[in-house]
Amino acid sequence: MEKIPILRMGDFLLVTIQVDMHDRLAMALQDDLTQRISETSAHGVLIDISSLEMVDSFIGRMLANIAGMSRVLDAETVVVGMQPAVAITLVELGLSLPGIRTALNVDAGMELLRSSNNGN
Amino acid sequence: MAIVFTETIPLASEPDVVTVRRRVREVSAKLGFTLVDQTKVVTAASELARNTLNYGGGGSMVLETLNGPRIGLKLTFEDNGPGIPNIELALRDGFTTGSGLGLGLGGAKRLVNEFQVDSRVGEGTKVTITRWK
Amino acid sequence: MTVISKNQAANLADLLRGHQDAILEQWTRAMSGSTRRSDLIKESELRAQCARFLKVVATAAESGVSDLQSPAWGDVREMLGEISRSRAQQGFTPSETAMFVFSLKRPLFERLRQEHGRDPEAWASTLWATTEVVDELGLYTAEVFIKAKESEIRRQQEEMLELSTPVVKLWEGILALPLIGTLDSARTQVVMESLLQSIVQTNSKIAIIDITGVPTVDTVVAQHLLKTVTAARLMGADCIISGVRPQIAQTIVHLGINLLDVTTKATLSDAFSLALKKSNVTFARNSEQK
Repeated sequence: MEKIPILRMGDFLLVTIQVDMHDRLAMALQDDLTQRISETSAHGVLIDISSLEMVDSFIGRMLANIAGMSRVLDAETVVVGMQPAVAITLVELGLSLPGIRTALNVDAGMELLRSSNNGN
Repeated sequence: MAIVFTETIPLASEPDVVTVRRRVREVSAKLGFTLVDQTKVVTAASELARNTLNYGGGGSMVLETLNGPRIGLKLTFEDNGPGIPNIELALRDGFTTGSGLGLGLGGAKRLVNEFQVDSRVGEGTKVTITRWK
Repeated sequence: MTVISKNQAANLADLLRGHQDAILEQWTRAMSGSTRRSDLIKESELRAQCARFLKVVATAAESGVSDLQSPAWGDVREMLGEISRSRAQQGFTPSETAMFVFSLKRPLFERLRQEHGRDPEAWASTLWATTEVVDELGLYTAEVFIKAKESEIRRQQEEMLELSTPVVKLWEGILALPLIGTLDSARTQVVMESLLQSIVQTNSKIAIIDITGVPTVDTVVAQHLLKTVTAARLMGADCIISGVRPQIAQTIVHLGINLLDVTTKATLSDAFSLALKKSNVTFARNSEQK
């Protein structure tokens, strides 16, 4: 089964979701990420969803889970690159993704992570 | 209402949900739906397809394109699963509540123009949605 | 639906075949200056159209088929449709366009009078049949014209909708969307989608939605605004709503809409100041005066 690659960028981990995920792939990503965070003691996770043309409740829950688990492991999560059509649909769907920070792109996301780290 | 094109997609395993998303995207794009409307109907289809698979024990989706006087897309999700005991509750159910089935029917309903649920406990569930161009 | 007798159809056909040139001559002369619109259509082109039309009507009448809706008269309807649609596009009025057909009456009646003038019965019935045919063709022309105009208006409305969604870049990373006039649901949705698109394209973290120019805000519009702000936040950008007048503030509270989450400012200027501050931008005044 294919896996979604997790890149290490200094103190952060970067995940770029480019493929249309089925549920098992999403679950695998959650597991892999939690493992990598503890392995590397990363302090931030960037999830790039700029290629995702759809986010439904399952993927939304996955993102929330990742954010929650990361926080337990002392890492902040930022979701970047959400497409306008996806954002509009999520609002209509009633999914607000509470507790998940977002940024326009990877650079903005890293800035957000760095400033929150400095704040700590 | 003239039905121009119809297609049935079985929902037996997870990759089938991906197939549903792909086909609904392709067909709605071909019908000329705006990007936002495409995303809405694909997302609703994804939710319902997953319900059919995970809660209904598997089933199928019938896709129909409608052509007169309005252009639209009609999707019917059917399974022979346990059925939904309290449809009203399921429709009010949000994603964040711990109670309830978490089917997200209410959310999917908001994404489409027409929404109908027929369900009988012990027999199965049929959800029909329509999105007009 | 006009149904003339086979006899009358045959008579009409005879008339047209026998005196085509004379009728054509009188017809083109009969089109008065205003109907002719030589500014919109050339003399030679008009003559050619008339000649062709007479031929087509003659053929149809010869078929002996009396129902003007039938395929036998299809060529006539098609030609009238073409003429009408092109006239609509060129800027002719509905009357000018319909007159193309109606002005054919006089030359036809002239001919008929000469043929049947001495027999009142024949004269009356042929006259009536001819009038009915010309009237129906004229009305058909007018209907096609109206449909053509309607679709042109629809197209222009869509264009205007697209043009009236201006998103302005105030600064690096700061956008402004000045809304003007009454907002209806459709327009608001289009405008909001366009704003979100601009946010992505320009990488702007802050968007100011200014409603100074909006006289009233009802529940629907307020909800769209809120949805837009929420969607922008999901994408990683912040919105400030500016230009909230006291009346609108009252309406919003009255409608029970929760704006606690949303930053609002009274003026666009205040909103811009706030946006600059959030973007860590400061201005320094030049102290040197030369």
